[in-house]
Amino acid sequence: MLIAEPMPTTGRFGPFGGRYVPETLVAALEDLATTYDAVRDDTGFQAELGGLLREYVGRPTPLSEAPRLSEAAGCRVLLKREDLAHTGAHKINNTLGQILLARRMGKHRIIAETGAGQHGVATATACARYGLACVVYMGADDMERQRLNVYRMELLGATVVPVTAGTRTLKDATNEALRDWVTNVVTTHYVLGSVVGPDPFPRLVRDFQAVIGREARAQVLDRVARLPDEVVACVGGGSNAMGIFAGFLDAPAVRLIGVEAAGEGLASGRHAASLAAGRPGVLHGSLSYLLQSEDGQVLGAHSVSAGLDYPGVGPEHAFLKESGRATYAAVSDTDALAAFETLARLEGIVPALEPAHAVAWVLAQAAGRQGDEVVVLNVSGRGDKDVAHVAALSGATR
Amino acid sequence: MRAAGRSALIPYVTAGFPSRARSLEALQMVADEGADFVEVGVPFSDPLADGPVIQRASHHALQQGMTTAGVLELVAEAALPVPVILFSYLNPILRYGVDRFLRDARAVGADGLLLTDLPGGADPGLEETLRRGPLDLIRLVAPTTSPGRLVGLLASADGFVYLIARLGVTGARTPVTAELARSVAAIRARSSLPIAVGFGIDSGEQARAVAGLADGVVVGTALVRRLADGVPAARALVGELRRALDAVAVA
Repeated sequence: MLIAEPMPTTGRFGPFGGRYVPETLVAALEDLATTYDAVRDDTGFQAELGGLLREYVGRPTPLSEAPRLSEAAGCRVLLKREDLAHTGAHKINNTLGQILLARRMGKHRIIAETGAGQHGVATATACARYGLACVVYMGADDMERQRLNVYRMELLGATVVPVTAGTRTLKDATNEALRDWVTNVVTTHYVLGSVVGPDPFPRLVRDFQAVIGREARAQVLDRVARLPDEVVACVGGGSNAMGIFAGFLDAPAVRLIGVEAAGEGLASGRHAASLAAGRPGVLHGSLSYLLQSEDGQVLGAHSVSAGLDYPGVGPEHAFLKESGRATYAAVSDTDALAAFETLARLEGIVPALEPAHAVAWVLAQAAGRQGDEVVVLNVSGRGDKDVAHVAALSGATR
Repeated sequence: MRAAGRSALIPYVTAGFPSRARSLEALQMVADEGADFVEVGVPFSDPLADGPVIQRASHHALQQGMTTAGVLELVAEAALPVPVILFSYLNPILRYGVDRFLRDARAVGADGLLLTDLPGGADPGLEETLRRGPLDLIRLVAPTTSPGRLVGLLASADGFVYLIARLGVTGARTPVTAELARSVAAIRARSSLPIAVGFGIDSGEQARAVAGLADGVVVGTALVRRLADGVPAARALVGELRRALDAVAVA
């Protein structure tokens, strides 16, 4: 077993991570790492970001009681409400941090990839706030199923570039963003949206998202006067999960559960469960678990949720899996869709399809629960973007 | 590279594009037309350092069933009279097994290995294994490579230095600037390795301009684009490049 080193600040998480990129990008990553290391302890930077999170994003987000869901789940479920953050998801925590970094580095053009569109919207929002040019790469298929977010990004002044190569989803949008960066690296900062990619992105994005875990820990201590038994979050690339896990990594009694997308089932081959069914490999600049063929070609992922539809996963999750500190499960499209509706009916909260996977997992554990268990569930985003898609899937015009 | 007394021509061919048979023919054609080295591209599903032309070629090659083992078989069958450099992304090599790959690649006659997404220092353990192996580990130097970094890169380079002519992916059309001359001078000041220049070179005229500075010229995208039209079209380009390079006096 690996020796657990919580919150490492170097480019590796055990054997995972690294900086496997074209030579052209190395200087930009070194520059980003240097700038980032400098601002970690810079009170001016932290005060500016803290002010934005408070006054612009609306943090801290609440930790809501969920009495009717708790009854169905057989334990006390507390919902960390990232759906109530400005732009409707946790992604804004990271994009504001990175935009402040870009300004420090003198980069005036911003690019991003997006899957469900939440990261694209959050990047476009931060760019609008600071008057920076913004280009978002998005898979053509994702643009189709997340049309509302495409319009929101354009409304915010961003240019959305459809990516028609390969799988036409997040994986290829990320390839295209990296190609743009290789070409325009002198003027451009790439706001990567998850805890994936080359160092320093996995640790940098984790640190910007760690505000979720810090708040949740303080809130749950305040509420129940002890740490929770379990923290549950969905995992695509894994940024909302790393953000909330970060608040509890040093408390070994708190179980950390990441929930991947099992799509049409792990046996079908049509899923996005890199940790459950992948093998270590290199994609998008880091070594982590990866859905790949026997020949080392990256396989297309599948999930009803565009935000989880990615064949890789953050390297720190790979490390937490191997060290045993976190446990990873997978939930199917069908169960996630059912949980999407369940949370709406029981609590009046329409979650995004991504955290609906985490809701489904919590519901599925009901039989084995002791009633006094406390579970913190990260509702990483709201479901407005998914309503039309889900309605079309269920064939309903209820 | 300099021993031939002329600027080296280094064509790149994606293994399996436009078909296995045509790429075999293409490898033999470029050797016939005076290539000094041949780069053989191992197709990968996510070629993030490549522009649309090589992306499509890689995708097409994979769809037709090309594999890493298949690339090695192709190299064996081609039995080229000039050195072969395998050009790959890291993951297919990791999956194949690094030691096994080095052994098998050498067995089919490959001489060098270039890994697009393994910059110097990214993985010291792996780099040590590669350098101890039988293939030359060719290093890429970019316009953005800092002088401090260049020293370490050159110390761990074998064979020749592959200098990326411009920012961007393969086939990029951003202008080659005076920076290229500065990059060449920076390498010359620190290393006696020959320098090959690539990325976006697509005509005899450009090849001639670059050959005035460097020891060799890599041509990839332009050749792959011609190969889509057939081997004769590609042969014409390689012939044009050879003549252009031969017209350049070598210092």
